[in-house]
Amino acid sequence: MIPISVRFEPRERLSRWTNVWVPFFAIVLALVIAGIVLAVSGHNPITTYQQIIEAAFTQPGAFTQTLVSTTPLLYTGLAASIAFRMRIWNIGAEGQLYLGSIAAAGVGLYLQNLPAPVVVIAMMAGGAVAGSLWAAIPGALRAYLNTNEILTSLFLNYIADYLMYYLIFDSTSFWRDLTSPAARVFPQGKFLPASGNWPALSIGSVTVPLGLILAIVLAGLLWGMIRGTRYGFEMRVMGDAPRAAKHAGMNIRRKILSIMLLSGAVAGLGGASQVGDFRHVLDPRGLEQAQFGYTGIVVAALARYNPISAVVAALGIGVLTNAGLALQGPNFPIGLTGTMEGILLFCVLGSEIFVRYRLRIGRTSGPVAPRRAEAAPGPARTAAEIASTERRELAS
Amino acid sequence: MTDATPEAPSLALAARSVTKRFRGVVANDRVDFEVAAGEVHALLGENGAGKTTLCNVLTGLYRPEEGYVEVGGRPVRMHSPHDAHEAGIFMVHQQFRLVQSLSVAENVVLGWSRHGGTWFAPRRVEREVAALAEQYRMDIAPQAKIWQLSVGEQQRVEILKALYRGARILIMDEPTAVLTPQEVDQLVGTLREMARSGSAVVFISHKLPEVLAVSDRITVLRAGRTMGTVGTASTTARELAHMMVGRDVVFAGGPGSHEVGGTVVLELEAVSAESDLGTPALVDVALAVRSGEILGIAGVAGNGQRELAEVIAGERARTAGRVVIDGKTQEGKPWEAIAAGLGYVPEDRMGVGVAPGLSIADNLRLKSYRRNGLILHNKKAMADAEELIRRFDIVARGPRTLARELSGGNLQKLIVGRELSSAAKVLVVSSPTRGLDVGATESVRRLLSESARSGVGGVLISEALGGVFELSDRIAVLYRGRVTGLVDRKDADVDHIGLMMAGQAAA
Repeated sequence: MIPISVRFEPRERLSRWTNVWVPFFAIVLALVIAGIVLAVSGHNPITTYQQIIEAAFTQPGAFTQTLVSTTPLLYTGLAASIAFRMRIWNIGAEGQLYLGSIAAAGVGLYLQNLPAPVVVIAMMAGGAVAGSLWAAIPGALRAYLNTNEILTSLFLNYIADYLMYYLIFDSTSFWRDLTSPAARVFPQGKFLPASGNWPALSIGSVTVPLGLILAIVLAGLLWGMIRGTRYGFEMRVMGDAPRAAKHAGMNIRRKILSIMLLSGAVAGLGGASQVGDFRHVLDPRGLEQAQFGYTGIVVAALARYNPISAVVAALGIGVLTNAGLALQGPNFPIGLTGTMEGILLFCVLGSEIFVRYRLRIGRTSGPVAPRRAEAAPGPARTAAEIASTERRELAS
Repeated sequence: MTDATPEAPSLALAARSVTKRFRGVVANDRVDFEVAAGEVHALLGENGAGKTTLCNVLTGLYRPEEGYVEVGGRPVRMHSPHDAHEAGIFMVHQQFRLVQSLSVAENVVLGWSRHGGTWFAPRRVEREVAALAEQYRMDIAPQAKIWQLSVGEQQRVEILKALYRGARILIMDEPTAVLTPQEVDQLVGTLREMARSGSAVVFISHKLPEVLAVSDRITVLRAGRTMGTVGTASTTARELAHMMVGRDVVFAGGPGSHEVGGTVVLELEAVSAESDLGTPALVDVALAVRSGEILGIAGVAGNGQRELAEVIAGERARTAGRVVIDGKTQEGKPWEAIAAGLGYVPEDRMGVGVAPGLSIADNLRLKSYRRNGLILHNKKAMADAEELIRRFDIVARGPRTLARELSGGNLQKLIVGRELSSAAKVLVVSSPTRGLDVGATESVRRLLSESARSGVGGVLISEALGGVFELSDRIAVLYRGRVTGLVDRKDADVDHIGLMMAGQAAA
């Protein structure tokens, strides 16, 4: 036996700095590993990273484009964060976002002759309400019939997807453009007139979409809600110990439903922002390919369900998405950018154990064990015993 | 595993200067402890004194930071309970590790491959188990399924498991917490028999009378340190209590020491309810509690106590009957009961009484957070928490400490303190001192007695008859979901109540 022991020890104090430097080193590690992968596949890692920086930040218009990628991910990331925080696994942000887009496009087209601010606000409201109602279905099923919300919210994503396609491709709906020459060649949605285009803030050469500003404000509000309101307190108790929540007299069913409504509203707002800020049309293919809802789950996981951290996480994924799009080409397959993203996520999420535990490497000391006990782990040790030992060690 | 067997029946197992730390808390500080073959050695100490930690070190579950464990006089380094089993050391935990749907014999051999091979010989194992049970004076049927057994019988299966696997050193963690007085007597007989036949028994407890009844020697731990080892014959309960707590213990209150008011604050009329399995758990229970009195509910675990408490608190639906709290008829919702003035200390502290991942401050406002409208007053909550931590003597780094980091005693002080600070009219407490040390038991009992004196009507549900007797004005016995007896404390007799708890006597 090698006289070296490696083990995890719980940290005695959780310092705020560990929360910063551990992810930082995880990112550095990810860059090193991804660099090896790049080198092996015949790309120069340094120039590739330079290209990423350029594509995400320094090229003209690059950062604006990064913000465009960030915006929807922040909405879906927030939607997932607040639900997951309460251990309600709403993975239906995808469909809730679609419904938000449908409603916002519909409202924008219908009210197009009203003043622009009214149209913009109506689109926001429409998107939030539609996303909310779509989320109410799995929410009510979970709250009152104890149906698994993971499955129901997932299946509703497909239904929402088909609904979107039906409106543009398979019907002569209000959303579909039936007049323009282009639409005769290929079905497409009606474009919103200027009144339905959300304004944006220009800072130097960077354009900040209204939807992003709204999402950041929303992140702050949600964070404040979790910390400082009765509702947020109930959320935290319920997420941590549902039986304690019941003991404290909280109405768990109503809470589950309301958190789903809130989560769906946030995702729906993200859908409205897609229409108002960027696409100005109901665009089933574009939304479906983007998979904002599913990527939002990754954002939430990276942010550990904290709304403020979600801003940073969404920006990080936004940078990668944007750089990935810019890098792709004949010499740079899409699979490689996906691999790099995967390495990054693996390192950052995997590093969480170092935040809570400290790695202790040392020489083994103390008296030597009787040889038999040392040598034979033995078949008599049941899985339950092993598991309980490990749990205790982790828990202690 | 003969190489570690002591030649003489001397030292079976010892801890030498063992130190074990958790998150900056020293659970064991240079602890010395030894148990010889042929003796029952009690390990006595308050909760949080480090008894369970020491035993987890002795059974290889924890590795000590300093010091080491000796088996048969030789230092060993154990990496898991499996290594301890190889050395003949077994522990019976407070939570049993039995498979409910299997028989006694099947549980005994489960995960034990001494006989090797794939085949399980039920007849032979049953015979062997029956023989062992008889040898050690245990009353048990090897073919019975675990779910059919009482808690005391399940404990016997755990002991049989250890004996069958060749235990020569048996560690019992708080074995009497769940037993009736009669079952305790039988357990004591079994443990004495084991010692007589040359095994070593470590008996962990904080209950002085049974420690004095069962052990040959007693080692007292306090705050992670060894306070000394004494021969049972040459010590007294008073001396031991002093060693455990570090000062003389005076229990407060006592029946008759408070005024019983006239108004009925809690009334149950013909209440019935079902258990989680859908079987009848409460049948036609009728009880009334007046302000200023404590009604003790005695009974062996599993006779409807949990359901009774939950029905009163609105956490379990009742199938019939009526519950009235301070004049308000209950629909059966927890918030309704809280609003009507019910304080409730549940049996399960972690996960029900408190949310383990939340701070002490958050847990202290678990029932009062609604009072300030929609916005939380975090600063005020911190200040209130500091105040309650001081008032109820909760040992913690501060109000931000997570509840899961608290010891059992401190957790209970948090819960009882929270319920009492909310101006309750009725206080239902379930097993309030289970697993608590003498010091914490003393303070919890004092809190309960003070609350009764201040006019709160109390319901004390507990298997600890001593506590029930000490605090209650009246005692009701719950057996199979029915109130089988209701007596005034002054007319009550421990043995008679014990028999009623076992269903063997009428009121």
